[in-house]
Amino acid sequence: MKSLEELNEIRTKTAEKLGIRMGKQVDIGKKNILICCGTGCTSSKSPKIIEEFNKQIKEKKLEDKVEVTKTGCFGLCARGPIVIVYPEETFYTHVKPEDVTEIMEQDIIGGNVVERLLVKEGETSDQIAHKLHELGFYKKQMRLALRNCGRINPENIDEYLAFDGYEALQKVLLEMTPEQVVETMLASGLRGRGGAGFPTGRKWDFARKVTADQKYVCCNADEGDPGAFMDRSVLEGDPHSVLEAMAIAGYAIGASQGYIYVRAEYPIAVERLKIAINQAREYGILGNNIFGTDFNFDIDLRLGAGAFVCGEETALMTSIEGKRGEPRTRPPFPAVKGLFGKPTILNNVETLANVPQIIINGAEWFKNIGTEKSSGTKVFALGGKIKNTGLVEVPMGTTLREIIYDIGGGIPNGKEFKAAQTGGPSGGCIPKEHLDTPIDYDSLMAIGSMMGSGGLIVMDEDNCMVDIAKFFLEFTQDESCGKCPPCRIGTKRMYQILERITEGKGKEGDIEELEKLAQNIKRSALCGLGQTAPNPVLSTLKYFRDEYEAHIKEKRCPAGACKGLTKYHINPDLCKGCGLCARNCPVGAITGEVKSPHTINTDKCVKCGLCMSKCPFKAIEKK
Amino acid sequence: MSEKGTGIAIDAAKLKEIEKIIEKHKNEGGALIPILHEAQDLLGYLPEEVQKMIAKGLNISLAEVYGVATFYSRFKLNPKGKYNIQVCLGTACYVKGSDKVLAKIEETLGIKTGETTPDGKFSIESARCVGACGLAPVMVVNEEVYGKVTPDMVKDILSKYE
Repeated sequence: MKSLEELNEIRTKTAEKLGIRMGKQVDIGKKNILICCGTGCTSSKSPKIIEEFNKQIKEKKLEDKVEVTKTGCFGLCARGPIVIVYPEETFYTHVKPEDVTEIMEQDIIGGNVVERLLVKEGETSDQIAHKLHELGFYKKQMRLALRNCGRINPENIDEYLAFDGYEALQKVLLEMTPEQVVETMLASGLRGRGGAGFPTGRKWDFARKVTADQKYVCCNADEGDPGAFMDRSVLEGDPHSVLEAMAIAGYAIGASQGYIYVRAEYPIAVERLKIAINQAREYGILGNNIFGTDFNFDIDLRLGAGAFVCGEETALMTSIEGKRGEPRTRPPFPAVKGLFGKPTILNNVETLANVPQIIINGAEWFKNIGTEKSSGTKVFALGGKIKNTGLVEVPMGTTLREIIYDIGGGIPNGKEFKAAQTGGPSGGCIPKEHLDTPIDYDSLMAIGSMMGSGGLIVMDEDNCMVDIAKFFLEFTQDESCGKCPPCRIGTKRMYQILERITEGKGKEGDIEELEKLAQNIKRSALCGLGQTAPNPVLSTLKYFRDEYEAHIKEKRCPAGACKGLTKYHINPDLCKGCGLCARNCPVGAITGEVKSPHTINTDKCVKCGLCMSKCPFKAIEKK
Repeated sequence: MSEKGTGIAIDAAKLKEIEKIIEKHKNEGGALIPILHEAQDLLGYLPEEVQKMIAKGLNISLAEVYGVATFYSRFKLNPKGKYNIQVCLGTACYVKGSDKVLAKIEETLGIKTGETTPDGKFSIESARCVGACGLAPVMVVNEEVYGKVTPDMVKDILSKYE
């Protein structure tokens, strides 16, 4: 338990030490090596890099001169593992444990940058970015929810305290009434970052006005959209910001208990949350009589178990209660009757990560960022066919083109952009003609997609849009909880139709059947996930109807992605008759005389593509 | 589910551990899922015998335990292979061809996703999203993550575990 004075002392002391990371020209006679330990970089062995640095620092007796800090995600996952050396802010990428010796000797001891490991942007290698903020990737970004990711050690509460940590909670408890907190949230215009965009302040207001002996604050960290990892990165990089926001919410609505429902598939996030909760309890920031007031608040973790539907608010609460995670009908809304039958609010991780900043800087400040109806920033997990895969945070209103080309670096291998998918299984595909749409909740809805939680998958000319629609329907029909028939049976039927279209067995009327099913499911499914499940089909039908028609009428996949519709054949002008393909064909479908062009028996061919990869003359073509 | 369960004997010390886990959570609201998590961490799967113990300990029906255990994809009713292979089929991996990697693994091992090889060595699972989208396509063998995997690499990766 720490007093306010003690906390302030920790803040000042740690801030002095960390000043070099804030760009302050302070000389503390020390270098600080920051190493990303998010899931991406950890998978490419960043913990080994830390180990190696520490070993060499010890061997060279440099403990007083160099400090190694593990951090959360810097965002540029495509170039991980990432290492930054302060005070110079030198940004090293693709670092391997073997590179540590060179960094130690040349940079840390010698004072010269290891150029080989810097980022070379653009086509020519003369555009070298030395520092983090010089990178094109970061120039258009604005990091609010991710402000501490890659800046602090997430396992050290003192570092969080040094960067205004728990000051918002302090301000709320000592200077504001619950009504004022809710008013601030309402005025800020913050909307839920989990997908639907419901105003956070209104949610809090409903729950505050209900009288009950017990209320709950829940955090939705069950990030289920495939290809989305925004929330995971916040939890891994800055867990305390979520705890702080939950305590603020607890004070605002009158709750004393919080639950974080987090995916068990995120072991690093779970571990760091546990550490953070324990540290906050130790400092008396969670528990009874926080900051000497009569406010009590504590937080427990609940692990998800791999059910996508549990991202839906009522299903999540049913799951915390230890049952099958099936959604409930609303009303009653959770703000009136939620977890264990008590008034409950549920906010997503990224939403919560914004809260402390809004309290400290004021609603006006936040309102001025972004667009009129969507204030603030949004984090996107940029993935798929894009050069700079990673995590980006931009003000609302930034266009897709800016995100994909200026920040994401465009499409690799000289391929053509085809579509961007937002909103995961509830969202849609956005074609080229809408690249200049400013991204906010309402404009994405208007073009048939949705903000969703922030997955942004880029697809190029090689991706078949019917196949992508099938991919998402396969997902939703598999993840359907089974409670309501429109979702349980309807998505399965849609999937079966898509399956036969991609196999070349589509028939006249299939498109109309898909549309009819989609409308019915949208109208009649019980929960938000079911109601939005047809979106991937509807949006691809809207913008890529010709691809569906080519599959059905011409039995042709324009992208060459659907195996059932591709045919291999040997170009007789290029074939030299070497026989390599025939020897490798697993089903003996290729025949021909030596030194004369071979042929493929398409009835026998299983379309494995082995012949194509083996042919030294590129004579085998896929159509 | 047969009366005899899976037929694999669970060692008595581990059953004691399970008793302890049940005792620890028994009086919490929503105790079932945390208990299932911890029991599975201990045993690798949830045998029928253990489900019965949990039902008894929480004073709920076996049907309720089984219903919850089968609702969530993370809970397994059968033991996994010594080396559990997960191939990520999240969107980022899928658009980069992870389905072809999965097909290659199935072909190489001669089993389908969700199955275990007869010698108990390998099992295959598809994962929704590992979260390492920067490395797509991704496959994971036990804890080891392999990034930017192509079907050609499958044989070499698997041979490390022979």
